[in-house]
Amino acid sequence: MRQIELKQVSKHFGDIEVIKPIDLQINDGEFVVFVGPSGCGKSTLLRLIAGLEDVTSGQIFINGKDTTQLAPSDRELAMVFQSYALYPHMTVRKNIDFPLRMAGLDKNERARRVQEAAKALNLTDYLERRPGQLSGGQRQRVAIGRAIVREPTAFLFDEPLSNLDAALRVVMRLEISELHQRLGSTMIYVTHDQVEAMTLADKIVVLQAGVIEQVGSPLDLYHNPKNTFVAGFIGSPKMNLLSGSEAEKLGAHTIGIRPEHFTIEKDSGLWEGKVGVTERLGSDTFVHLHCPQLEQAITVRADSTLSVEYGEKLYITPDTDQLHKFDANGLRSHGQT
Amino acid sequence: MSTKHSRSLARIMIAPAVFALLVWMLIPLSMTVYFSFKKYLPLRGGDLGWVGFENYSRFLSSSSFWPAVGTTIFIVGSVLVITVILGILIALLLDQPIWGQGIVRIMIIAPFFIMPTVSGLIWKNMFMDPTNGFLAHLWRAVGAEPIQWLSHASVASLVTIISWQWLPFATLILLTAIQSLDSEQIEAAEMDGAKPIGRFFFIILPHLARAITVVILIQTIFLLSIFAEIFVTTAGAFGTKTLTYLIFQRVLESQNVGLGSAGGVYAIILANIVAIFLMRIVGKNLDN
Amino acid sequence: MARTVTPQKKILNTALSWTLAIIIFFPIFWILVLSFKTEGDAIRTPIEVLTSTWTLESYSIVQERSDYLKHFTNSIIIALGSTVLGIIIGVPAAWSMAFVPSKRTRGILMWMLSTKMLPAVGVLYPIYLIFIELGILDSRTGLVVILMLMNLPIIIWMLYTYFREIPAEILEAARMDGASLTSEILYVLTPMAVPGIASTLLLNIILAWNEAFWTLNLTAAKAAPLTAFIASYSSPEGLFFAKLSAASVMAITPILIMGWFSQKQLVRGLTFGAVK
Repeated sequence: MRQIELKQVSKHFGDIEVIKPIDLQINDGEFVVFVGPSGCGKSTLLRLIAGLEDVTSGQIFINGKDTTQLAPSDRELAMVFQSYALYPHMTVRKNIDFPLRMAGLDKNERARRVQEAAKALNLTDYLERRPGQLSGGQRQRVAIGRAIVREPTAFLFDEPLSNLDAALRVVMRLEISELHQRLGSTMIYVTHDQVEAMTLADKIVVLQAGVIEQVGSPLDLYHNPKNTFVAGFIGSPKMNLLSGSEAEKLGAHTIGIRPEHFTIEKDSGLWEGKVGVTERLGSDTFVHLHCPQLEQAITVRADSTLSVEYGEKLYITPDTDQLHKFDANGLRSHGQT
Repeated sequence: MSTKHSRSLARIMIAPAVFALLVWMLIPLSMTVYFSFKKYLPLRGGDLGWVGFENYSRFLSSSSFWPAVGTTIFIVGSVLVITVILGILIALLLDQPIWGQGIVRIMIIAPFFIMPTVSGLIWKNMFMDPTNGFLAHLWRAVGAEPIQWLSHASVASLVTIISWQWLPFATLILLTAIQSLDSEQIEAAEMDGAKPIGRFFFIILPHLARAITVVILIQTIFLLSIFAEIFVTTAGAFGTKTLTYLIFQRVLESQNVGLGSAGGVYAIILANIVAIFLMRIVGKNLDN
Repeated sequence: MARTVTPQKKILNTALSWTLAIIIFFPIFWILVLSFKTEGDAIRTPIEVLTSTWTLESYSIVQERSDYLKHFTNSIIIALGSTVLGIIIGVPAAWSMAFVPSKRTRGILMWMLSTKMLPAVGVLYPIYLIFIELGILDSRTGLVVILMLMNLPIIIWMLYTYFREIPAEILEAARMDGASLTSEILYVLTPMAVPGIASTLLLNIILAWNEAFWTLNLTAAKAAPLTAFIASYSSPEGLFFAKLSAASVMAITPILIMGWFSQKQLVRGLTFGAVK
């Protein structure tokens, strides 16, 4: 029963309420991603679970045990930090061995586990090096190695990929995903990058200003965002959110339409737009249109074969059965999908 | 950033240091203030009762007070001007590519590490001695009459000795500051058509402003309490009695503790005024 | 700003720098020369001094007559003792302020620095009195304590700035890896802070070695370190250039060498980080 449960957990820094009372359950083997804009409290929430910060109120249960007052070292969790936080004066071997040494395991067992972790992470050739002599990706793997040797209840990742370049980030993302499949352990992962969240998570927790906006599977969040914040945050490029008279006509205060849910025609359609920037990704083309009727820019996905020029006129029509409707408070209107 | 556990631990860990400095500051300081309101002559009757502010007014009106203030200001001021100006020039020079920079640096920094009593005595005897000193030999070699440095040009001689000791400090700090100047800024100014003099006044000097302020404030605090250099050279004679030295004489030589303590309180107030400015700069630095 | 300059300019700059350096360094060079001369030769003209015979005589006389080694030992005990004691008190304090900062940290740090700026002469008599009362006047213990208090603010400040460069995440990682506070400080913080602790040690030994207010006023024959020992040469009795030079050379050499190694820390320590 490797389970983590938060009950009414909140956190204040002085007068500022960084986390408003939160309830959350994380199940055995689940990959949970906390996602949200910077300052939303996602890292603080992770540090509360880790025990690196005290909760202001509420309780944290790990494996059914109340750990709210326990020191980080007694929570049987492992963490991978944004800066990797490797010990610069120790070799890779000693870095990975450190948690085992602290746990007081016997020498042979420690050596065996370090060897195993190094093999799994392709670090065998680097065991005698120091962190300073490694590349970013290798350091990242050492940090993960240090986390997995202890076989903890859960792994905590605090924006682990944000210091890597774009290409390496994609590789490491796959490695972490694979690691999760292989170990089947519980993982909590914090990121501001919704693409990372979508690709890694079993369950995404969207946070904003210390409040959980929505919890759900990636596709659930994509298809059924509960409010305009989640609608705008999940998905790339962003969902188009329209309000005003055109939205009223379609029967809602705010209408959300994803870029892929438009029909594009050269001669007629519901809205007229002037082509601005065109982004050609090869598989898809994203066209940014300025629509005078909507008084805003709209992003639409087009076939990669579409040929348009800057300033050209295009007509777009939204797929009516793919509209997301929100009320004046930004909440999803019920009754319609 | 922290948990309750670590915070209470932190308080225990910092306690010895806070306690030591608190005792160090409060006990002697309150004793000084206490004595300053007493007529207290340890060798001539001891504690002769409360006298109110008499010591304070007597210290100010004594015939040695204003000359001591004058000497203090003159010495501190001259040393500051000399070390800052020479320090900037040497720092600019050392910032240029030269051969043997490491050795030059080591030679220039050396006087700072000489203990004050040694540097006082080196200058007093081996250089400023009017018959056998190096400078006397030099003066004679060019046919001039050797100067009685420490009696006829006593304050100037002290300024020379103290400047020699503090020039390395100013140079080192200003050099560090110059080296932190982004070379692209200089290159941009060059591209904008600034001549070397213009570059100095519009780019380098403003960049150094903070370092110069720090040098001035820190040196002032140390220079106000210059002691050993005077003690081993003139022992306060020939108009070289500074405020610090005057207080020292009142307390230990003439054993007038009440009067000396009142002087001490003045010295503390004076140092605090300088310290406030310094602390503001240091404090700003703590924020980033 | 290593920019390219013309060879002529480089020659000119080099000549100028060396001239200045030689003038500034000359007094130290000159006592080194005089220390190897006889008293008779030491007072002759500079040319005659340089061409006269060299001898180690002054060094042996200084040791014989005034027990140089005793004062040297005093200096070492006082400088090392006060610095090590200061570091023992300073490390935990700096650890607290660097890794568990609170609203008061800044105020405490500033207050500590401000004690460094008190003029010693202002509290001379009380300290003198306390020392007599405690029976530690003219004792090495007394000087160790007072010089430790003098330098404690600089020690704490320097350690604090070094500790702050160690990312808090690394210590948190140790905690997550199951390390107790003791293990965290012993296996992670200390090894990472060794260079910083060493520089702090070095600079404060230098400052304590050269301190010349308390050492002159609170010692007599017994505990006098080199500063006070050298000051005893200030009485104008006869000529003693060679012996004074030999004594001076012996007093400054160890610290000069340490000083050359600690140039960078000097800027950092004595400006309280206001200049980087």
